[in-house]
Amino acid sequence: MANETAQLDEVGAEEAAESVLCAHCRLLVPAGLVEPGATEQFCCHGCRAAYAVIHACGLEGYYRLMERMGDRATARDAEPSGDYAEFDDPAFAALYCRPATGNLRAVELVLEGMHCAACVWLLERLERVVPGVVSARVSLARRTVEVVYDPGAVRLSRIGGALATLGYRPHAARENAARAAQRLDERKQLVRLAVAGACAGNVMLMAFALYGGLFGGNLTPALEAGFRWLSLGTGLVCMAWPGRDLFRGAWNSVRYRTASIDAPIALAVLAGGVMGTVNTVLNRGEIYFDSLTMLIFLLLVGRYLGGRQQRAAADSVELLFSLTSGAASRVEADGAVRRVPLEVVRSGDVVEVLPGQSVPVDGVVVSGSSAVDQSLLTGESRPVRTATGDSVLAACVNLESPLRVRATATGRDTRAGRLMALVETAAQRRPGVVRFADSIARPFTLVVLAVAAVTAAAWWTVAGPARAVDNAVSLLIVTCPCALGVAAPLAVGVAIGRAARRGMLVKGGDVFERLARPGTILLDKTGTLTQGRMSVVRTFGDAWVLELASALERNATHPIARAIARDVPGSADPEAQGRQSDRGGIRGRVAGREVAVGNEAFIRSLNGSEPGAGVERFLAGCRAEGLSAVLVAVDGQPCAAVALGDAVRPEAAACVAALRSRGWEVGMLTGDEPAVAARVGAALGIEPSAIRAGVMPEEKARIVRGLGARGRVVMVGDGVNDAAALAEATVGIAVHGGAEASLSAADVYLAREGLKPVVELLEAGPRVLGTVRRIFVVSTSYNVLAGALAVAGVIHPIVAAILMPISSLSVISVALRSRTFGAGSPGTGGERWT
Amino acid sequence: MDVIYVVLPLALLLGGGAVALFIRCVKTGQYDDLETPPLRVLADDLDEAPPARRAD
Repeated sequence: MANETAQLDEVGAEEAAESVLCAHCRLLVPAGLVEPGATEQFCCHGCRAAYAVIHACGLEGYYRLMERMGDRATARDAEPSGDYAEFDDPAFAALYCRPATGNLRAVELVLEGMHCAACVWLLERLERVVPGVVSARVSLARRTVEVVYDPGAVRLSRIGGALATLGYRPHAARENAARAAQRLDERKQLVRLAVAGACAGNVMLMAFALYGGLFGGNLTPALEAGFRWLSLGTGLVCMAWPGRDLFRGAWNSVRYRTASIDAPIALAVLAGGVMGTVNTVLNRGEIYFDSLTMLIFLLLVGRYLGGRQQRAAADSVELLFSLTSGAASRVEADGAVRRVPLEVVRSGDVVEVLPGQSVPVDGVVVSGSSAVDQSLLTGESRPVRTATGDSVLAACVNLESPLRVRATATGRDTRAGRLMALVETAAQRRPGVVRFADSIARPFTLVVLAVAAVTAAAWWTVAGPARAVDNAVSLLIVTCPCALGVAAPLAVGVAIGRAARRGMLVKGGDVFERLARPGTILLDKTGTLTQGRMSVVRTFGDAWVLELASALERNATHPIARAIARDVPGSADPEAQGRQSDRGGIRGRVAGREVAVGNEAFIRSLNGSEPGAGVERFLAGCRAEGLSAVLVAVDGQPCAAVALGDAVRPEAAACVAALRSRGWEVGMLTGDEPAVAARVGAALGIEPSAIRAGVMPEEKARIVRGLGARGRVVMVGDGVNDAAALAEATVGIAVHGGAEASLSAADVYLAREGLKPVVELLEAGPRVLGTVRRIFVVSTSYNVLAGALAVAGVIHPIVAAILMPISSLSVISVALRSRTFGAGSPGTGGERWT
Repeated sequence: MDVIYVVLPLALLLGGGAVALFIRCVKTGQYDDLETPPLRVLADDLDEAPPARRAD
């Protein structure tokens, strides 16, 4: 996406007049790439390749369909698609493929860039593109394609390569077992919903006949008895099959003495069921099966819809999980480099790590030298220089040049893996919150039982035992807190859905209730409060010198070079000539002058003149604040300098203030150096006493646990080093761009850049709880009204049958109409952020 | 009114059959993805192009 806008910007207005569009992705073709005379123009090689394949395979319909939908193909990015050799590894097949009919095999792949009907159409015709593919089936909701192929005729890497050529980069679908089980459970729920709905509908029809008879319709006694028996049969099916979960939940809450809204509901259903059965057999009094089946049905609807939003959020997180690479480049005995699944790398193997890739194992560098970004693992914002003999850790990112690393630990034995183990124990230790709906269950049940007892006793003395039981049971039924049971999960589900549209993936329904009251919020620094990458903080020297430096750094790969090229306006001039990059710096000729940009040691090594006093002062300032300094020398004279650091996010200060004004205590928890932490803290207005710097990941978790013992702690972080703390916190929030580990440890994952979502989420907590409380008030007023009628002995089953759905519908509308997030810009429906 | 003794069980039977069919649909995974099938319909008419040779 960033690619698109960048291209649009580059091309700018002067090109708009001509507007040459790429034949594949329909973006403007940069002026330099327009081929005069060609009928089809392309903005990049990726688009050209995709267009060629699509045409050669007779799949031009793709473009027609795109046009019909007013959509366009995903822009290809410049990154090479790779050879997907790891897909051919036997270990990959064992992990992700399964046998299909005959000799065929099936594999599920997560695809990037798939977004519309045309994508579905194209991908499901994959057999035309790759011979040997038997079928391809897309699931847009999960962003996956299931490919059935003949392993004898085509290698999986060829399929992966073809998908990448078409613009859909494939990844192995790393679905965890728990999620697969959940998927099956979802089907079961849907089946129960259907059965409950059918039962409720049929019983309701029969109830109409019975109520009709009540009002003087000519129902013969035999017919009436028939209807009652059929109602009994259908009602019992409904209670025994779809209603089973309700009873199980209630039984568990009684057995383990936990509070659950299931208990009072099950009590009402049970009382009504027994009473209805007795009355049917004795052919007297009221049967309640219409209300009871409808109740079970609505209850299941509320839970299903509520749960669906939560599952959608979980799916999104899982998708992100699959996009993180699970492959490593292993150096084989013969010196060749092969991509293999991470799982087959053993300690002692040598792996190659290219710039931009993260180190897959803990190990020792055997060749190469580079800078490594350890911020995800340690929180340190400055890249660490690494050379042969140094040790590197999994989850660090290689920044500059290729490294070869001999693995000393892999998988769960790495430092990152051991931190993940910490996450699991922390997650198990965390106590659950008692949901508001559940918390009122016990007093509610006790009050209802007491009133029922009083009612029974009073009616016994007045009208005998039969009347007493009748009235007491009808009281139990009409006071069933079903509306609360239906609407509370729905309200939370709605909130989760809205959060997801705003780029906040909430994994658990209780997150909002955990956030309902303010407490302490601890923010990680690197990558959370700051941007997690180098950028220019301030500069020293003449603008024209800096311009030359920026021009020189253009197209360099080092993070510092990229930051300078991005943040310092460069001269429109031209390419630097004779560019030579060396350890610590770069030099070349720009606009006829000899320019060198690099760290102090590099500039001094050039044997030019000494830096002036101004530059020296600037350097000293940088050292004191923990910033990296880069000098610029023109014709051997160091005359300018740039200070770089991990810049604070522009909205961070406002967000910290907003959190404070809502009663949250804001603190910072970082593994970085105290000097850097103090600088960031000062910029954001976080008191020095609330800053803990230089803490190890385990210590972070311990601090969070210590605070958690006294109140609510929200932890916001992005790295592997935050994962344990995230799991330990009352609510753990992983910010956009965070490590895989933080993704699985946190309760909430922010798919949107920045800290604003954190503020929105903390605002939403009290609102969701407020909605649940309103639902409680509305549903209880119905219960009190109906209960009063039942106590007086004047309630008619038809009144109960009407009141019950009305109360449920009114609370459902409260749940749906509730506001979760501030007015502002509402989440644009259906927007995708992946 | 006697017809109701035949019609009512019949109606319940039909309803039960529909539920059974639905359950079969769910169990075979037809409700797992509600997003993709509606999009497939949009492209039904695009397949008149001759199935062409492979590309390399």
